[in-house]
Amino acid sequence: MARRAAIAGTITAILFLAVLVFLAKRGPASARPSTPVAATGASPAAPPLPGRKIKARLFYVADDGGRLTSIERDVAYGEGVEAQAREIIAAQIAQAAEPLVSAIPRGTTLRAVFITKSGDAYVDLSREAKNAHPGGTINELLTVYTIVNALTANLPAVTAVQLLVDGKEVDTLAGHVDLRRPLAKNLTWVQ
Amino acid sequence: MPLALVNDQEFVALDDLAGAFQLTVREESLGAVTVSYKGKTIVLTPDQALASVGGRLVSLPAPPSRNGRRWLVPVEFISRALSLVYDAKLELRKPSHLLIVGDMRVPRVTVRYDALGAAGRLTLDATPRAPATVTQENEHLTIKFDADALDVPAAPLPSPPSTGLILGVRNVDATTMAVDLGPRFAGFRAANQPVDATMRLVIDLVAAQTDAPATAPPSPDPPQPTPPPDLPPSFGQTASAFRTIAIDPGHGGDDEGVKIPEGAKEKDLTLAIARRFKGAIEARLGLRVLLTRDDDRSVPVDERTSVANNNKADLFVSLHVNGSMRPATQGASVYIAAFDRDAAQAAANHGERVPTFGGGSREIELVPWDLAQTRHLDQSSAFADMLEAALRGHVPLAAKPVDRAPLRVLESANMPAILVEMGYLTNPEQAKTIPSDAFQNAVVQALFEAVVKYRDTWSPGGTH
Repeated sequence: MARRAAIAGTITAILFLAVLVFLAKRGPASARPSTPVAATGASPAAPPLPGRKIKARLFYVADDGGRLTSIERDVAYGEGVEAQAREIIAAQIAQAAEPLVSAIPRGTTLRAVFITKSGDAYVDLSREAKNAHPGGTINELLTVYTIVNALTANLPAVTAVQLLVDGKEVDTLAGHVDLRRPLAKNLTWVQ
Repeated sequence: MPLALVNDQEFVALDDLAGAFQLTVREESLGAVTVSYKGKTIVLTPDQALASVGGRLVSLPAPPSRNGRRWLVPVEFISRALSLVYDAKLELRKPSHLLIVGDMRVPRVTVRYDALGAAGRLTLDATPRAPATVTQENEHLTIKFDADALDVPAAPLPSPPSTGLILGVRNVDATTMAVDLGPRFAGFRAANQPVDATMRLVIDLVAAQTDAPATAPPSPDPPQPTPPPDLPPSFGQTASAFRTIAIDPGHGGDDEGVKIPEGAKEKDLTLAIARRFKGAIEARLGLRVLLTRDDDRSVPVDERTSVANNNKADLFVSLHVNGSMRPATQGASVYIAAFDRDAAQAAANHGERVPTFGGGSREIELVPWDLAQTRHLDQSSAFADMLEAALRGHVPLAAKPVDRAPLRVLESANMPAILVEMGYLTNPEQAKTIPSDAFQNAVVQALFEAVVKYRDTWSPGGTH
């Protein structure tokens, strides 16, 4: 048999440090911050009044491990829906004091929040939300609905929430829950 | 050819491609990069995940990236753009990092070993089909494939069995593999069987201490993987057309699933149970069973449902093991897909009129890939209830054993589909029991009973 004109080459992988630049695909451009905003930072346009607080429902893993439980907490006041959303998420992802157990992976920080006119909120979390996720369908559902419910239960202007990681849309955090579109409030995951 | 990894995306340098494929790469004044081959040109624009190939736009998973003086492009550039202008066929196999240029037959070969009591079975799947011949030479079996080369891992069988039948499987040359025989080896029988696009080579191995003759097992029926201990005696064939089950062992490869400090990994447990489940279904029901993965590799979610959809499976079962932040949490759960109202409406409103041959038009139903499961939720729920009832008799159940959730792997399944979480690896007690034969047989027994019940009530229209 005549030898076929062909090449087979093996590619080996090497790594180098990359700089990540991202623009989210959805949401009005005017609503997006030009640079990520730290979790504890307030909106540059509307700094919160010092000491002013609101009451907000925050969500933690219930004793049975299969649902969330909600508690009312004081959260810093933010002027406007986006600023308030940032304060709520910052409080929600802060390390929980015992006996509370957070469903948010340790080390996760908030990069940005922006909200469309139709009420979809985009919450951009740091890469730890995915990389440090412990896995398991229940863990992932509780992580996702902690964030979704924290905004939809406290801010009537927010009707659905989509999670982004490190500025990008992601399919899932740990292989189970579909994050390709905004998710509506779902209190069936709350006791 | 070196490959650079940027944000989990594999890139290759245009310089390297130019050297290998006689391309001309030029940076234009406006920032665009042109790649030319025999008068045909590909234009790349920085910051755009697109390439223009002779005026046709093709998408890339990421924009070109500059590293010093070198331009890097996603490896998919080869299959999506370069292949459109190059003379020879280019086939990129990302999982095995193989680039095939020209019309070569390079089947991907996977190897599996199943212990069958004192005997054993080696299964080698070659895709696309490539038949093989097996000959015994002294202390090894030589397997020669009818192919130009093989796409096979460096260690074809990472964990050889410790039974003494075989010592391992190795690659000999481009088209030959060898099985090193152990002291208990007494004989073998080999057969090629086409399975869809795959040629399956099954080598049944006979152990020395059995009464079997040294050359071949006596029974015309090859031994089957160990079935669950108390399967119902026989179910026979029904007249229905319920034929195919897709079993999806969750996670795999770099994705290990639930992260626990030590002990069994979710990806290994799901594969082990999937193989037991497959063996039970094939041996007792004679149904066709598809595994979305049959080895330790990463499989994209859409590929998992593609296996089921493209093979018209009648049922999709995704196997997982759960994890909770609370160590006390335990028990099995069955999930079906959940969609919000907008998505369900979108799926329902996708009818479209198309012209028919000879004039006129007719309405056809178009369902977006992501919403395929919306049409099967009732049947999925029915099977979930049957599985819950079956599991209840065999393994601990979670507080809410059947639930709905927006699970990615179920949404695109165009048949009844469930995801079962068999227990919690984060529960110290379950972390010990889930890897055991007793637990896995119990789960398989429950899955088997649920499939039998579902099959017996199944009808082609999907009603019960």
